[in-house]
Amino acid sequence: MATTFKLNGREVTVKGPDDSPLLWAIRDELGLTGTKFGCGIGGCGACTVHLDGEPVRACVTPVSSIAGHAITTIEGLDANGRDPLQTAWIEAQAPQCGYCQSGQIMSAAALLKSTPNPTDAQIDDAMNGNLCRCMSYVRIRKAIKLASSKMQGAKA
Amino acid sequence: MNAIAPFSRRGFLAAIAATGAAMTFAVGPDDAAAAAGDFEPTIWYSIGRDGIVTVNVIRAEMGQHVGTAIARIVADELEADWSKVRINHVDSAAKWGLMVTGGSWSVWQSYPLMSQAGAAGRMVLIEEGAKLLGVDPKTCTAANSAVSGGGKSIGYGDIVARGNLKRSFTADELGKMPIKKAADRRLVGKPSAQLDIGEKVDGSGKFGIDAKVDGMVYARPKIPPTRNESKVVSVDDSAAKAVPGYIRTITLEDPSNTVPGWAMVIAESFVAADAACELIKVEWSSGDTAKTSEADIQKRASALIADPKAGALVVEDPGVDAAFAAAKTKLERTYTTASALHFQLEPVNALALVNKDGSYEIHTGNQWQSLVLPWLSKALGVPEDKIVLKTYLLGGGFGRRLNGDYAVPAALAAKALGRPVKMVCTRADDSRFDSFRSPSVQVVKMAFGEGGRVTAMDHAACAGWPTQVMAPFFMPKGANDVAYDPFAISGANHWYSVGAQRVRAVPNDLANRAFRPGWLRSVGPGWTNWAVECFMDEAAQSVGKDPLAFRLAMLDGAGRNAGTPPNSVGGAKRQAAVLSRLAAKAGWGQQLPKGTGLGIATTFGQERDMPTWVACAARVKVDAASGAVKVEKLTLVADAGTIVSPEGALAQMEGAALWGMSLALFEGTEFENGSPRDTNLDGYTPLRMADTPALDIEFIESAEVPVGLGEPATTVVGPAIGNAIFNACGARVRHLPIRPEAVLNALKTKS
Ligand code: FES
Ligand code: FES
Repeated sequence: MATTFKLNGREVTVKGPDDSPLLWAIRDELGLTGTKFGCGIGGCGACTVHLDGEPVRACVTPVSSIAGHAITTIEGLDANGRDPLQTAWIEAQAPQCGYCQSGQIMSAAALLKSTPNPTDAQIDDAMNGNLCRCMSYVRIRKAIKLASSKMQGAKA
Repeated sequence: MNAIAPFSRRGFLAAIAATGAAMTFAVGPDDAAAAAGDFEPTIWYSIGRDGIVTVNVIRAEMGQHVGTAIARIVADELEADWSKVRINHVDSAAKWGLMVTGGSWSVWQSYPLMSQAGAAGRMVLIEEGAKLLGVDPKTCTAANSAVSGGGKSIGYGDIVARGNLKRSFTADELGKMPIKKAADRRLVGKPSAQLDIGEKVDGSGKFGIDAKVDGMVYARPKIPPTRNESKVVSVDDSAAKAVPGYIRTITLEDPSNTVPGWAMVIAESFVAADAACELIKVEWSSGDTAKTSEADIQKRASALIADPKAGALVVEDPGVDAAFAAAKTKLERTYTTASALHFQLEPVNALALVNKDGSYEIHTGNQWQSLVLPWLSKALGVPEDKIVLKTYLLGGGFGRRLNGDYAVPAALAAKALGRPVKMVCTRADDSRFDSFRSPSVQVVKMAFGEGGRVTAMDHAACAGWPTQVMAPFFMPKGANDVAYDPFAISGANHWYSVGAQRVRAVPNDLANRAFRPGWLRSVGPGWTNWAVECFMDEAAQSVGKDPLAFRLAMLDGAGRNAGTPPNSVGGAKRQAAVLSRLAAKAGWGQQLPKGTGLGIATTFGQERDMPTWVACAARVKVDAASGAVKVEKLTLVADAGTIVSPEGALAQMEGAALWGMSLALFEGTEFENGSPRDTNLDGYTPLRMADTPALDIEFIESAEVPVGLGEPATTVVGPAIGNAIFNACGARVRHLPIRPEAVLNALKTKS
């Protein structure tokens, strides 16, 4: 069955079985490899993308369930790859191996949209589903705070 | 005292280099890689007409920002403008010599060579620049990618474009090149942005799993019931035939015996290969380890340790037995650790293809190209120079990708099919195929004389040995002429002066057979120090001494613990300084609230030959009702010599410290029926953000040789936590990982 949805603002159609995970459609069929595979069971967050602005785990999202919806991946967060979160990530030198970071940034982006000035507990809550095997947590936390203050500064 | 059995990293590296194809150490220009007209005084970098300096990095990037560190070493001596420096992670080729990224060696190994390569380039640029400027080279200086003299100046790019730069250097000439004094360094040791970060925040960085070529098919393996000695008896894929895109299943014939009993499920997409894989029934014949359990392995270890003839004597001073016989008091304790997975976030994968000329390309992330090339050569039946490993970012290494075994099944499948094959392991496949950290048993004994004076120490450690299984061509010999895995005992040969010392390393033959033991971040020191440093606290308590004072008294720098220049200059005195600084910083001796405790531990990092002196204080809170342990803060102090890249160094320490904590409290599994029991995040649970404590990390300022930082912090955190738990509530735990039930049990036995 074919499924049509919006990917980073552009309409796309993918083939394949209805139950096949969105993750592989994005990576293998549509060729956007910034979204990563870590566990396949919704446990690591490496595959986090936005579904109509909300963070979802693409590895456990059947592609048929998103027909007509809008998906944003790390490649679509900002045209130049320098969304305030991404620049904050660079400034805090957050990534180590980098493999989890697309997912971390997508989760953080969703957090800051709903909670522009999160407390430590709110950050923990939103980010605990994102495993960083390199354990770059200290810097991820720092980067989120940096991005939050940047974005609020920009609004003020 | 007898000398410690001779083991040196230099010797090790030379030995492994000699077994690979890559023996020649070329220093001439690399015509193929450099664009026409580029200046390339050595193979290590080139300078273009636009002035861009491209540094060739043979180390794998796996989160340690190694390219940046190496490029800064070159650029410093070259006097290059940092904004014009780029890094190029190269594919495997004989000219690079030994290619390995591990053991926290990269910076230490690269430092002199890359410095000299940079200096050589600067010398030539000054000579040629002076000519172009029409001034005497002696009056010229180089800075910021330009040569200046006589009030004039010319940029490196212009010198490359207009000058006549033909000069290249022999290894000998390079080796004689003088390098800067520490005080004259401009880039090394100064803060800088890591060059690899940008591509890691916008999704553009290419990892092995992102590799793609035209016409490729996908494969998911059917992992056999045992890592060794399995054979496919039959394959039934009738149910899979209904899966759209399923092609076929092939049974691998592997002359290298790297992946015995593997079948590969081939399909047009990974989704199809994955779905088909679940429907395919394979019958195997397996060896007798199909039923082996963790308990069997540990029982075997205890039995081997009990036999004084088993294993290699890594340290064997005269008089150990006599000292124990004459001791006023003695202490003996047993420590154990459970199996621990690498769980690097990118599951292992490889894309392999055969070129028209019969040569192979393997696209995959790898930490030790020189180790896997001979396996691939044997498996494929082609010489090593017909195989190229294409380089990608590694979604975590941690030692998993030192063992490049996952390249072999992809290559064999590509050979069998005559098409490019991309093998992707699911997380569970990856875990079952992991060369995980072997469980271990250690028995530590100490003899005390009058007044609690330490007169002897005896440490025996038994585990599966990665080096014996995968790189047996280098195993140094102990005092009793028995070969041993140096990485599976390092740590036990510590820098404390303990009188007569014995260290015995025992291979667990059952572990070696039942699975493929792996090098896991920090390797031996990650678990030997669990014993050494918990024991030091227990020993101090047994003779009524303060654990800090007890340690400091033994870190006296006497005899073999004096250290040798350049790598271990200062010896145990440097470790004592690190420990003292830590104690002051963490407030050792302070009164803490009930249920809260501070514990300390200190190690020499990875290897006696290349020590990174490190100490940790863990502050923990123990819930006496549940046994739950909360780590509130980790304080660490390290002396790693010169810090080449301060930001990178700090990030490495942070990650390594949290790794140590994760291994101590959150990870660990058990071997069960031939493979690890926990294969995904529903059972294997590394540290998450919410449990991440405050970190306070400090480096001792030093101009000594830079040593490794990727692993040392991993080695101290576990025992610091164990000691902190005791100080918080009196529960002494001796098994890693520490589970709440174990804390409760220890509390019960105490009262
Ligand atoms: S791959 Fe989707 S959550 Fe891990
Ligand atoms: S940076 Fe490596 S997994 Fe997070």
